[in-house]
Amino acid sequence: MTIAVWMFLAFVVATLGITIWAAKKNTSAGAYFAAGRSITGWQNGLAVAGDYMSAASFLGISGMIALFGYDGFMYSVGWLVAYLTVLLVVAEPLRNAGKYTMADLLAYRLTPRPVRAMASLSTIIVSTFYMVAQMIGAGMLVKLLLKDLPLVSTEAAIIGVGVLMVVYVVFGGMLATTWVQIIKAILLMTGTIFLSILVMKHFGYSFTSFFDSIANITYTDKSGAEVTRNFLEPGMKFGAEVTNGWGPLDLISLGLALVFGTAGLPHILVRFYTVPDAKTARVSVVWAMIIIGTFYILTTFLGFGAATILKPDNIVTDNMAAPQLAEALGGPVFFAFISAVAFATILAVVAGLTISASASFAHDFYTNVIHHGKETRPGQEVKVARITAFVVGAVSIFIAIKLQNVNVAFLVGLAFAVAASANLPVIVLSIFWKKFSTTGAVAGLAVGLISSIVLIILSPSIMGVDGPEVVAAKRHLIQGNPIFPLTNPGILSIPLGFLAAIIGSLLKREPAAEAKFAELKVRAHTGLGSEKATAH
Amino acid sequence: MPEFRALLARKTRFIVTATIFFVLYYFALPVLVGYFPELMKKEVLGRLNWAYLFALSQFFMAWAVAFVYTRKAAEWDKAAAAIIINE
Repeated sequence: MTIAVWMFLAFVVATLGITIWAAKKNTSAGAYFAAGRSITGWQNGLAVAGDYMSAASFLGISGMIALFGYDGFMYSVGWLVAYLTVLLVVAEPLRNAGKYTMADLLAYRLTPRPVRAMASLSTIIVSTFYMVAQMIGAGMLVKLLLKDLPLVSTEAAIIGVGVLMVVYVVFGGMLATTWVQIIKAILLMTGTIFLSILVMKHFGYSFTSFFDSIANITYTDKSGAEVTRNFLEPGMKFGAEVTNGWGPLDLISLGLALVFGTAGLPHILVRFYTVPDAKTARVSVVWAMIIIGTFYILTTFLGFGAATILKPDNIVTDNMAAPQLAEALGGPVFFAFISAVAFATILAVVAGLTISASASFAHDFYTNVIHHGKETRPGQEVKVARITAFVVGAVSIFIAIKLQNVNVAFLVGLAFAVAASANLPVIVLSIFWKKFSTTGAVAGLAVGLISSIVLIILSPSIMGVDGPEVVAAKRHLIQGNPIFPLTNPGILSIPLGFLAAIIGSLLKREPAAEAKFAELKVRAHTGLGSEKATAH
Repeated sequence: MPEFRALLARKTRFIVTATIFFVLYYFALPVLVGYFPELMKKEVLGRLNWAYLFALSQFFMAWAVAFVYTRKAAEWDKAAAAIIINE
């Protein structure tokens, strides 16, 4: 098991080396927040993939397929299709119109202060939720993977991840974050491809025998009875009969949050400011789609491979399916490699979240809302961002340690729901709708944010009645029957977000914003006047 | 700038059509799997059923739409550059 620790330390040393190199290049705000806009298309594609594929995808989806078969695989699909929204609608106009944050696009033609304040709030909430979920995941991983090591506790893992992400972001800025994400994406793809090949080797490289055995998996189910099931058949998790009839609608609601939420995730959006122009942003989305799509197709081998080779009853928890499969097929060294990859995965994602939250606070809130867009001293914006990254890190470590025994899977769903219901409507309307106004933007952001949070609190993720036998980590936070029947609020909160933005705009028109729409259109579609690359 | 306006109209038309297409294609999956499970369980290719094949096809659909979009976008880039030079 110590091999995993050495491999992970090698990753840490390499990324800290990159941070030192990046720190020397961080001479301006453009360099710190946007890596000097000098990242190339394929590099940014890898970084987007590294920023996006969290431990929830790598470990969570493999585990879900291993335990629930086809229904887990359906999860995989939405994560790639979501990038079409990024490619077709958001990436290029955002790159052309903005500077460092999502709010730049909105503030282009709307009244900057109220819009930036709301957008900054939404950005920080989405990023913090997501970050806490990732950090608790890191703590749980340590418990499962390194349980034989006396020195490494859950708290140590959470603190370690938190300290590393703060170091990357405070000293290395966007450039270091980008390279951490690129290395992680390469490691993750290497591990996944190798594990897939091992699975196929196990079946004599025959797809027929692989799929034949998925269709006939015999194992002992929870009630102790021996059952044979076809894991290629839908319905084991979202089927109407296992979810009181709400499963199919919940799945559609989840799909809506994924397909419209990804294009509203602040840490993904800021990646498009790191490339020289909109054309490169487009190329980088295509690279990201090739990598992300390949990865999610390969979850077929990871997930179904674990189901057939390990059998569902031998899998400790859903997050352990991929590491256990690696151990069974590749021995302790490969197990160690996959475990180290899982940690690298978490680190790359939390670093991306930290820099997007701190950039938004410094650029949107501090410089533009409090100081009306003027720096009182040069370099102040970067300084504020560094302090914010430190604070965000400390707060996340604190919350993650406090909540380490709470079931926080809903936090990831919440982040996507807020991104889809609050951020995406205002981004789309500001690009495509002339009459969109400041009142509409503030209303859309506020209603999308509040409705997502309220609906999740009323949903089965938080509310439920548990018997005394349920362990603390699995208990519902509110004991009582759920008021909202779906675990994913998107199907209701996304239309609410759009509706509030439209009604707000119609109630309070803004001639100045309408007048500036033509200018935004030219800039968004041609790149005239857009931020140029600074450092090479 | 009537030429620019025409170019934008073409671009928007393509983006709207492509978006409607991929949204319909994608949501057909949870709708069919959720409400017509028996149909989707039918095996087509060895043990592979409609449910798995349709899910797998989503990846290739996404890549195909991305490919067509990049081809189109390169044309728009050229057209926009020509308009800017003429202005």
